[in-house]
Amino acid sequence: MIGSQQTYQPDIEYSFSLAEISRCCGVTAEQILVLVSEGVLTPQGSTQREWRFASSDLGRALSAVRLERDLGVNPAGAALAVELLDEMQQLRERVRLLEALFFRR
Amino acid sequence: MDYKDYYSVMGVARDATQDEIKRAYRKLARKYHPDVSKESDAEVRFKEIGEAYEVLKDPEKRVAYDQLGRNWKAGQDFRPPPDWDAGFEFSGGGYTAADEAGFSDFFESLFGRGGNFRAGGFSHRPRSRGRGEDHHSKIEVSLEDAFNGATLSLQLQVPEYDPQGRLSSRVRRLQVKIPRGVTSGKRIRLAGQGGAGQNGGPAGDLFLEVQLKPHRLYQVEGKDVFLNLPITPWEAALGGKVKVPTLGGAVDLNIAAGARSGQKLRLKGRGIPIAGETPGDQYAVLQIIAPPADSADMKALYEKMAREMPFNPRAHLGG
Repeated sequence: MIGSQQTYQPDIEYSFSLAEISRCCGVTAEQILVLVSEGVLTPQGSTQREWRFASSDLGRALSAVRLERDLGVNPAGAALAVELLDEMQQLRERVRLLEALFFRR
Repeated sequence: MDYKDYYSVMGVARDATQDEIKRAYRKLARKYHPDVSKESDAEVRFKEIGEAYEVLKDPEKRVAYDQLGRNWKAGQDFRPPPDWDAGFEFSGGGYTAADEAGFSDFFESLFGRGGNFRAGGFSHRPRSRGRGEDHHSKIEVSLEDAFNGATLSLQLQVPEYDPQGRLSSRVRRLQVKIPRGVTSGKRIRLAGQGGAGQNGGPAGDLFLEVQLKPHRLYQVEGKDVFLNLPITPWEAALGGKVKVPTLGGAVDLNIAAGARSGQKLRLKGRGIPIAGETPGDQYAVLQIIAPPADSADMKALYEKMAREMPFNPRAHLGG
């Protein structure tokens, strides 16, 4: 594998099952269920077996898991933090956009 | 190897109580947590703090660290005294927040590598069943490549342990096909390209988080593309047809008479195309630019306007 050159055809709109997202976050399915019930993650599909988590859910889940582990917050606290971080990110994007459009000169 | 002053890293006095140390840690961890912080060195600081806390929160390690003496300065070249840990017993284990962070040589020379230290970034998690770790990385993609699709050559720094257990890093070259229509925050998953599995387990995956590079002309929000479009005062007043660049090539845009600065004109479907969704739009944001009065003729024209076009843009200010 060292120095190898390969071309990959990636899964871009990859969505995850409950088992896959748990594995990617290194946590149990129960911990993911808690994040769903806190509203951090919003899977598509009616039953747990059919659940599909979007690519953006993976980023949120990883953040929530790390915040719980590193800052000693509970799942509700991590959920609040993740939501606020999302909102801050959107506002930053918006500010950057508006500044570029209106204050460049 | 450099001496590390864990007390100054944590910003606490050498006689701080365990409670004070815990409070200082929580506060710093919130400030520098890589998921929260926008500081560019957040990950490095967070690891330093985790390492300092690992030592200071544990009474055994703290006493051992303290008896190195207080004459050391941070960054000073350090060798542990020969019998420095004689008479101490480390119960080991119990590494918490920073357990995967890969502590400094200084830490390891004092307390060993612990059982569970992992290479690389804080997002790598140990796995059961011998499956390799998932690795996460960011890639920058130009807006043109995101719009058209492209094959990019990537160089990734991969931290790894050699058979002697030393940490090193190697460069890995990958060719990755970027599909048409990626946007910031999307993750590309390369199955089986993460960390090697243990004991014959399958390899982990490599996730690449897409970040669009800033563009000279366009601003991007989600799948929509914004462009500042300068127009003349007469184009604004009288209307007219102007050429507008888009990612898919220039198009003609009709400007209605009486256009204003800051007006957003939508070019439907001219943003970033996304498979299975309606494509994004492009917005041209009008900017009326007055020509400079840099010749006698131009000055005369402006003077004529001043005389013949009574106009007070500040009327509503009471001026």
